[in-house]
Amino acid sequence: MINWFKYSSPSSFYPLAGRLIPVFWMLAAILGAIGLYIGFFIAPTDAQQGEGYRIIFIHVPASWMSMFIYCVMAFWSLMGLTFNTRLSGMMTSALAPTGALFAFLSLWTGALWGKPMWGAWWVWDARLTSELILFFLYLGYMALHAAIDDPRRADRAGALLSLVGVVNVPIIYFSVKWWNTLHQGASVSLTRSPSMASTMLWGMLIMALAFWAYTIAVALMRARTIMLEREATSEWVKHLPDVKEIA
Amino acid sequence: MQWHTINEFFAMGGYGLYVWGSFGVCALTMIVEPILIRHRRKNALRNICIND
Repeated sequence: MINWFKYSSPSSFYPLAGRLIPVFWMLAAILGAIGLYIGFFIAPTDAQQGEGYRIIFIHVPASWMSMFIYCVMAFWSLMGLTFNTRLSGMMTSALAPTGALFAFLSLWTGALWGKPMWGAWWVWDARLTSELILFFLYLGYMALHAAIDDPRRADRAGALLSLVGVVNVPIIYFSVKWWNTLHQGASVSLTRSPSMASTMLWGMLIMALAFWAYTIAVALMRARTIMLEREATSEWVKHLPDVKEIA
Repeated sequence: MQWHTINEFFAMGGYGLYVWGSFGVCALTMIVEPILIRHRRKNALRNICIND
């Protein structure tokens, strides 16, 4: 039985994260290379959209990640408010910029896909609008957290914001069902077989895994940096080999 | 494979601007983000040494 609470203290989490980061970078690079190869060289040309559909290989994984990261942030926020652990707030703020990046990429690639297919960069459609709100929620979290000087108070305020904002995630997901949207319905669902060629689906899923690995690597890197910033005066930080190298 | 020449690959059947605009920005941001974190980490480590 692993004692999970042991790793909730920054001093034991820091070296563990340090060992995991290169593993996830390797995974991200390998999966990314396979995913791109499938996406550009194996997946066939789409009957309706020609080669333009290949944006799907980053658009869908980026959109999934933008929603998933927000859920993880809400999970850490709940943990933080319940158990009052230092790690929770660090993890939440470590994830926020990467979540914002994926929300931005989702909107950006969506615009570049929408222009040739729908004839518009942007429409005020339920799916697009709720994803834009998600992007603003990430920015709002970051702004709120940065505006409060005391990091523990900033964590609590940010935790509340991310818990309230998480209602937006199911709204994004179901928006294509609840409203008449220009955005197409889900290409992949748990209840029916996917409505796309299997090589396209595999390319997309592998790219999604690559984005996962990337997110974990980057979030761990940022979490470690946040630990160094916040615990700069504590003994465990002063005795880190990383610190001794620089001195 | 559906590409016969390298130009055909870059043209993406006329969707080159959109496809490469998407993948390019995606790749760029995913390269810049870890560089920014590295920079922030170096600053954090330097501050610890100064305070010591």
